[in-house]
Amino acid sequence: MFFFSGPFQIPAAHHPPPQQGFPTMPQPKAPPLPGQDYYNSRPYQPAPPPVSQYHGPPGPSTPSRPPEGAALHNHSMPPPPHTPPLSNSYSQHLQPRPGPYTQPPNQLTPTPSQGLVQTSVAYNSAAMTPPFPKALQSSAPPPGPAANLAMPVGGSYPPQPGHAGTSYPSLPPGYQSMQAPPSTLPTPPLTQHYPPQPQQYHQPPAGPAQLSSALSTLSLQSQTPEALLVLNLLQERNLLPAGPVPAPTPCLPQDLQKLNCSPEVFRSTLTSIPQTQSLLNKAKLPLGLLLHPFKDLSQLPVVTSSTIVRCRSCRTYINPFVSFLDQRRWKCNLCYRVNDVPEEFMYNPVSRSYGEPHKRPEVQNATIEFIAPSEYMLRPPQPAVYLFLLDVSHNAVETGYLDVVCQSLLENLNSLPGDTRTKIGLITFDSMIHFYNLQDGLSQPQMLIVSDLEDIFLPTPDSLLVNLSESKELVRDLLKSLPQMFTKTMETHSALGPALQAAFKLMSPTGGRVTVFQTQLPTLGVGALKSREDPNQRASAKDVQHLSPATDFYKKLALDCSGQQVAVDLFMLSAQYCDLATLGCISRYSAGSVYFYPSYHTEHNPAQTERFQKDLKRYLTRKIGFEAVMRIRCTKGLSIHTFHGNFFVRSTDLLSLPNVNPDAGFAVQMSIEENLVDMQVVSFQAALLYTSSKGERRIRVHTMCLPVVNSMSDIFAGADVQAITCLLASMAVDRSVTASLSDARDAVTNAAIDSLVSYRSSVLTIQQPGLLAPACLCLFPLYILALLKQRAFRTGTSTRLDDRVFAMYQLKYQPLSYLMLMIHPALYRLDDLTDEGALNINDRTIPQPRALQLSVEKLSRDGAFLMDTGSDLYLWVGKSCNPTFLNQVLGVQNYANVPLNQNQLPELDTAESARTRAFIGWIREQRPFYPVLHLIRDESPMKSSFMQNMIEDRTESALSYYEFLLHVQQQVSK
Amino acid sequence: MEAAVFILSLVDCCALIFLSVYFIITLSDLECDYINARACCSKLNKWVIPELIGQSLATVLMLVSMHWFIFLLNLPVASWNVYRYVKVPMGNMGVFDPTEIHNRGQLKSHMKEAMIKLGFHLLCFFIYLYSMILALIND
Repeated sequence: MFFFSGPFQIPAAHHPPPQQGFPTMPQPKAPPLPGQDYYNSRPYQPAPPPVSQYHGPPGPSTPSRPPEGAALHNHSMPPPPHTPPLSNSYSQHLQPRPGPYTQPPNQLTPTPSQGLVQTSVAYNSAAMTPPFPKALQSSAPPPGPAANLAMPVGGSYPPQPGHAGTSYPSLPPGYQSMQAPPSTLPTPPLTQHYPPQPQQYHQPPAGPAQLSSALSTLSLQSQTPEALLVLNLLQERNLLPAGPVPAPTPCLPQDLQKLNCSPEVFRSTLTSIPQTQSLLNKAKLPLGLLLHPFKDLSQLPVVTSSTIVRCRSCRTYINPFVSFLDQRRWKCNLCYRVNDVPEEFMYNPVSRSYGEPHKRPEVQNATIEFIAPSEYMLRPPQPAVYLFLLDVSHNAVETGYLDVVCQSLLENLNSLPGDTRTKIGLITFDSMIHFYNLQDGLSQPQMLIVSDLEDIFLPTPDSLLVNLSESKELVRDLLKSLPQMFTKTMETHSALGPALQAAFKLMSPTGGRVTVFQTQLPTLGVGALKSREDPNQRASAKDVQHLSPATDFYKKLALDCSGQQVAVDLFMLSAQYCDLATLGCISRYSAGSVYFYPSYHTEHNPAQTERFQKDLKRYLTRKIGFEAVMRIRCTKGLSIHTFHGNFFVRSTDLLSLPNVNPDAGFAVQMSIEENLVDMQVVSFQAALLYTSSKGERRIRVHTMCLPVVNSMSDIFAGADVQAITCLLASMAVDRSVTASLSDARDAVTNAAIDSLVSYRSSVLTIQQPGLLAPACLCLFPLYILALLKQRAFRTGTSTRLDDRVFAMYQLKYQPLSYLMLMIHPALYRLDDLTDEGALNINDRTIPQPRALQLSVEKLSRDGAFLMDTGSDLYLWVGKSCNPTFLNQVLGVQNYANVPLNQNQLPELDTAESARTRAFIGWIREQRPFYPVLHLIRDESPMKSSFMQNMIEDRTESALSYYEFLLHVQQQVSK
Repeated sequence: MEAAVFILSLVDCCALIFLSVYFIITLSDLECDYINARACCSKLNKWVIPELIGQSLATVLMLVSMHWFIFLLNLPVASWNVYRYVKVPMGNMGVFDPTEIHNRGQLKSHMKEAMIKLGFHLLCFFIYLYSMILALIND
């Protein structure tokens, strides 16, 4: 505890934004000054450099190994002394570190075939180092060039498959990497100092003298960590940072933090875990994790190995935060059991050396993917199976969605993820269910109609789901003719329930994905529903009814589906009430997703159509994992209390996910069951086992390590306001379904009040008037207010029940970054975009305007403003807007000519237009789904949706930000 | 007559004790991951109504035989059972819902409830036994 409460407060205080996280090193002997950058405060900086202790070449990745026999708590020791030149190399090599996660996800996981190629290359090149062919065979290097592996840890694996073997062929394996001239390191002379011993990574802890001197310099600075700077919210007008709000960095020793999981994948509401539950209760902040486990990553190390090293008692995968007691034993960081290191693991395929288990990619990457051997399969990996269930009732045909769906499917038929085994099927339904026989060999698709809804049977079970590559022509024929087949239908009923049962029957032997397109309330057969919404109650300030399902039919069916590895995705395209609260259950518990396009009509609502088309394209072509399970493990003493997201919780920590997609987020609430005394860090591991669309069983493992603290100020200093808001939103959704909406609203408001009360009473030493909050929580009241004005929780404003329920679904399963935009949209001024501070991505200049507060006060008539709500972009044009902007960007002469319904910006050949389009394009690239642009002027029908997002302003039924602050202050000072 | 009433309640009570033990065993199986939530909940939901009937039977018996103290002892438990059953939301699959049971510490609260009921039924068992013997002696 000593080390944590002292030295490591500082790093947490200076949350460096990811891009600037690794500044160049200061002069070695320069005395650390308060307020200087992050690295100045490192305890080891001023320490003399006992060079000979340090082990070199793959430098940046290794200097942090604990000494021999070190138990876990040794991690809290200040990292070993460094030589100044080495520190330089450190900063250089770490520079690209944010890269892997910030790059656009265009480079997905390498395909298995690439992996095979790479394996053989590696084998050949390493063949000259004779002793370990066996190890090589079983632990093939990860597919993709070595840079793939190297990137996530900061470019730290020097030898590339090509030249490694040729460079150092004749050295004994134990010494290879040490003698290797590190081509990427600028400090070759250092390597000469290292004693050639197999235990190079053992380092004596820093001497007490160095420590105390380091501590003394630190204690001077640790008085006011930046995150705890006291702000009087009533006086600070502009708290929003200019750019995106950065995720706080856990105050871990730098060597651990460097290996930690990306905050985009794994995020905790408190980056410092309280030692006891009572401490957590006292802080009044929720403890939980937000995960985005299947996110498209641009860099992902993949490991093929016949034995995956796991703890023998808790089955944790080996990860960067385990401790090696010696070369042969490692200690699990979750249950503290000491395990043996298997023989095979002694060989490092990356550096091609033996005896360095701590340098294996598994121990160097917090996010890693394993190709699972056959023990991880209960049955042979399933093929990719896609079934489309289309509503063809009169109402559905009227909207014209069939054309769009069939067209999209036709276009993307070849890019559906899958291999030669991929199967596809179509079912349409109105008051009857129409199956399509697509068996290879038929001259044209055969329609088979089942009208008995009571007892659904499959007319020809074998030929309804067909191999896509064999029957591609028939599928194409069907998709081309389908939109015309029902144009004259007069059938108004919809038998969704029986159709889903049929789909379940069809899919249950294999598992797969069912995509349902539904346009109205199901009216026939099992699962028929009645309208529950009273339109007059939409704007009522009273409690909202019918947020919970009307029947358990869909839930039961979803659980059946989940058991057979079938996931159901629901596309709702409806102008009328369609009881999303009930129908959504089918997706919610089968790990599907719900997409909602209110008032969809191909002709009358072009914006919605455009969005639907783009979304479908993404939906059809994105990565998919089948028959997946995810287990979330945490260090002994912590346990999962509640799960949020779309899945079925099969046992205490196991989520059953028939399908997993890259756009799904998950959240869990944690509780502290046993006190975490004597622990400096705790770890969380999410392991997602899935079958890829190519029929490979893979395991993606994310591990996050967080410090344990025992003082209230440390807990508050580590609070992550965005994660807290998102977790609270999920909790509030649960509360509004189980209790009531007003209960949920109160609970959310109280969360803000209680935490500020707690901060005031237990952290603040000097009581001042005003509403005081630590810097890290200064946005908390704003986000809470935003949440109260969010569509899901707002009262007093007319909100359709389905819109509300859909917003609630989104709050539960969207990943954090999209969720934050949903809660608190971003506002930018667009008419004065400049290249100042612009991002440069692939030779494109993307201007970065300042984020503005969401208040009408920030709008001005002579400007144009862009609001980004995640799913929509609103471009508001002021009445006396700068004529240059109108001319050069919108391509109109004056304000009166600004079109009312336009969703595209004209592609004009002007610098302003290029900048604006680059910025909007960049925003779109960052989302999986396509935000539609709405051009807004005073008369636009969409103006109210734009104005509703002005969260800081007062409305008839809701407080303004300042009033809300006053309300909170009143409660806090009670 | 009195003896017959108590013999009947004794049998009823035994059944309720067994039921409580069964609830506890099944829930702890779920806790230890021996069975999955779906199986556990469908097993338990089957026995919610029998438990409710058993408990109400004992309560009604005590009411008609005018044993006010025992009646008042039984009444809260019986009404809790009824309340719990009536309060199940429409979208849930019974008192024990597989999708909810791992959330918000529900498993623990179900467990606690089963434990308390077991204690209560044991207490009742001895009261009935005592009353029965007393009644038999008096006869």
